[in-house]
Amino acid sequence: MTVKVLYFARLREELGRDGEQAELPAEGCTVAGLWENLHGEPPPQRLMTAVNQSQAGPDTPVRDGDEVAFFPPVTGG
Amino acid sequence: MTVMIHHEDFDPWDALRAAEQGIPVEARGAASVFVGRMRDFNEDDTVTGLFLEHYPGMTEQELERIVEAAQQRWPLLGVHVAHRVGEVRPGDALVLVATWSAHRAAARDACSDILERLKHEAPFWKRERLADGSSRWVERNTPG
Repeated sequence: MTVKVLYFARLREELGRDGEQAELPAEGCTVAGLWENLHGEPPPQRLMTAVNQSQAGPDTPVRDGDEVAFFPPVTGG
Repeated sequence: MTVMIHHEDFDPWDALRAAEQGIPVEARGAASVFVGRMRDFNEDDTVTGLFLEHYPGMTEQELERIVEAAQQRWPLLGVHVAHRVGEVRPGDALVLVATWSAHRAAARDACSDILERLKHEAPFWKRERLADGSSRWVERNTPG
């Protein structure tokens, strides 16, 4: 399955890219599993995530065609 | 209820006057307003500019979700939330939260709740430029 991955702010700068297409072997993946598949380690502790532009957690399922975003804690206002 | 993302400098008082138009004046006994502007200092350093990044699409949806939650909780006549993105200079308005209700407690409490949730939940990130030319991502909100 194919997933659109986005990175924001400091994370985008550290990784040197604002996103990528992830090709995953099968259904049944989670947000944390997607990160591990792409980066070879568990997601950093303070990382925030969204699936299809809604807040998500590490255990949120990821499906074919989803947009998954990873970003640092937010600092608006 | 309106949620606005401004890519250029905006006047919060003009935005407020415009937002108020749609609410019957005889009913709105109370308005509560918060305007946040960019400071020229942070953590003992002089800050000369700010870049505000957002997540187009999700940011608007999160703001709408926060406003809808407030509308469920308090009897509000109107809500206007505006937030700046892009290159910001000291003194520019960053955020406007305005709530209207028949009575002061609902207006005041909803305004405060929307602002605090916005600061902790809506996807915005600040990168500040310092006087020596360096820049850094802001890692956390000020406590209050």
